[in-house]
Amino acid sequence: MPDLSVDLCGLKMANPTILASGILGISRASLALAVRGGAGAVTTKSISVEPRKGHPAPIIITYSGGMLNSVGYSNPGIDNVADEFADVRDVGAPVIGSLTGRDEEDYAILAEKAGRLGFDALEIVLSCPHTPGYGTMAGLSTPEITERITRRVKAATSRPVFVKLSPNVMALTELAKAAEAGGANAITAVNTAGPGMIIDIKSRRPILGGRIGGLSGDALRPIAVRCVFEIYEAVKIPIIGTGGVSTGEHAAEMLLAGATAVGIGTAVHDRGADVFRKVAEELSALMEAEGLRSIHEMRGGAHEA
Amino acid sequence: MKHELPVTARIARVILEAEGIRSVILPVRTEVRPGQFAMLWLPGVDAKPVGISYHTPETVGFTVSAVGPWSERICALREGDLLGFLGPYGNGFTLRGRRIIVIGGGYGAASLLLLAEEALRSGLEITMVIGARTERRLLYRRRAADLGLPAVFATDDGSFGVAGRTSDVLERILVEQSVDTVYACGPEMMEKKVAEICAAAGVASQISLERHMKCGFGVCGACCVDRSGARVCVEGPVFSGEEALRIEEFGCYHRDGSAAKHFF
Ligand SMILES: Cc1cc2nc3c(=O)[nH]c(=O)nc-3n(C[C@H](O)[C@H](O)[C@H](O)COP(=O)(O)OP(=O)(O)OC[C@H]3O[C@@H](n4cnc5c(N)ncnc54)[C@H](O)[C@@H]3O)c2cc1C
Ligand SMILES: Cc1cc2nc3c(=O)[nH]c(=O)nc-3n(C[C@H](O)[C@H](O)[C@H](O)COP(=O)(O)O)c2cc1C
Ligand code: FES
Repeated sequence: MPDLSVDLCGLKMANPTILASGILGISRASLALAVRGGAGAVTTKSISVEPRKGHPAPIIITYSGGMLNSVGYSNPGIDNVADEFADVRDVGAPVIGSLTGRDEEDYAILAEKAGRLGFDALEIVLSCPHTPGYGTMAGLSTPEITERITRRVKAATSRPVFVKLSPNVMALTELAKAAEAGGANAITAVNTAGPGMIIDIKSRRPILGGRIGGLSGDALRPIAVRCVFEIYEAVKIPIIGTGGVSTGEHAAEMLLAGATAVGIGTAVHDRGADVFRKVAEELSALMEAEGLRSIHEMRGGAHEA
Repeated sequence: MKHELPVTARIARVILEAEGIRSVILPVRTEVRPGQFAMLWLPGVDAKPVGISYHTPETVGFTVSAVGPWSERICALREGDLLGFLGPYGNGFTLRGRRIIVIGGGYGAASLLLLAEEALRSGLEITMVIGARTERRLLYRRRAADLGLPAVFATDDGSFGVAGRTSDVLERILVEQSVDTVYACGPEMMEKKVAEICAAAGVASQISLERHMKCGFGVCGACCVDRSGARVCVEGPVFSGEEALRIEEFGCYHRDGSAAKHFF
């Protein structure tokens, strides 16, 4: 049996799959559901400073190419998740706390408070494409701001910090380098693309309650693979390759592009909450067929030596 | 990829069921299992989970109680207005045994009528218990009569039928007769009572739970219960009485749209 285990910045994972932020992840119980489904690590839904109700429904729709979501960062706010996430040991795998802020100040507050909870690492989201006041819509996807915020967050916590990037920027490698310069321990690539819109032709209304939504799933995968490939050549820190992974083949593609671990979100819809086990088993079978013993032998394999 | 896009149609019929409770019938063909729900979409406004209460080969219908801004707007719709839905979603009920009792409290009865219809078609012995605060809020009196459905009505204030709670009616029936399965949908404290009564009497039960739902198909996590993490929209909404009683938050608390807890 090939060895699928991964040490990601000190997070000991039984396999390289990670539940991506915003899918399940509102509570320890919902994270544990993904762990029972085989996830090597799990990420919480993004937490903001203030409570947020999120957008009206539909918040998620799927079409032939993938998924659009406009959840709108609904969450009870950092002060109200303390009870839920103070101790996360019953989740059964490493837990990454996802944080989303409007500006540098927000991130400093979030990192300081989240750093006192049970999270094994923190992920800062500088890349949501469809929530006004956050991510790319707040102009957080510039190298200067990325480096500044990363540095502030690193100063506020002793936990490993992952920086989550958007596929929508041209200067992607500049952002990855800026995150590395700011002290990031890993890069999560990527968040959703777009935003996109789907209109109901009978009622002539955009279907999503938030009208526009981030694109994920199949349509995103080639973009995500390209982003991981480029970032791998630009930085030395590990990459969590995320976007459209739903099979062992897709996971292998991400590893070959340069990822150390793979995030999975949308595929929970198509293949169920145990998609993580399915992907890990498929990856294992594929490696066995190729005579590979450890996934380290795959990482970055698509790059010329 | 399995698509989850809404189907939109013009309302074929509006039925005034009771005070503040209406049904809307859409001319849409869809496959439904009793106990399933849909995300009912008012285009440009919001989509919310609602049980499927009417079904024919050509139509599907929902019964909505006006309890807030969205449901008030649904109840103000007229024939010809546009309405959409995503779904049907959820596991639904499973008919088991020869003699069953079906208990609905408030708009909970809506999620049980298709089950009652199927039980009648299959020739099972069924007693339906329908409860409400008061006579004016009682659902499906005419429909039960039209279907020839043996029904017991109960009101909290005694204005119609038995005075008292549906769970009291259940306890009385269980003393008098042997029953194979009890089905329930209604306010959570009533559901808990039913599950406990059935557990004590050694009778199987199936309970339809309600949790805040945003997607309806297992992705957003809004409806995950402590501590199993089960998604009420996928693994439920119907749970066996034993499963329901093992859910730590059942009859204790639920979460709102921002995932904050509220105690019953
Ligand atoms: C599986 C399921 C089946 C349901 N079936 C029916 C039905 O057949 N008929 C019916 O009238 N109602 C049904 N409901 C409840 C219905 O979804 C709510 O009454 C409705 O969402 C209220 O919205 P509002 O804006 O009018 O009220 P609000 O003022 O927003 O809320 C009133 C109450 O409804 C609850 N609620 C609000 N939004 C949601 C949501 N997205 N998901 C779940 N609960 C919510 C709140 O907890 C609150 O207690 C069902 C709920 C679930 C989960
Ligand atoms: C329903 C949904 C909600 C999401 N919410 C968040 C979020 O709160 N924070 C975040 O950083 N990313 C969020 N994302 C993005 C995912 O974490 C992931 O980066 C993206 O969907 C690509 O992966 P996938 O194709 O495997 O879903 C969300 C995605 C989806 C589909
Ligand atoms: S409503 Fe989204 S997971 Fe159940």
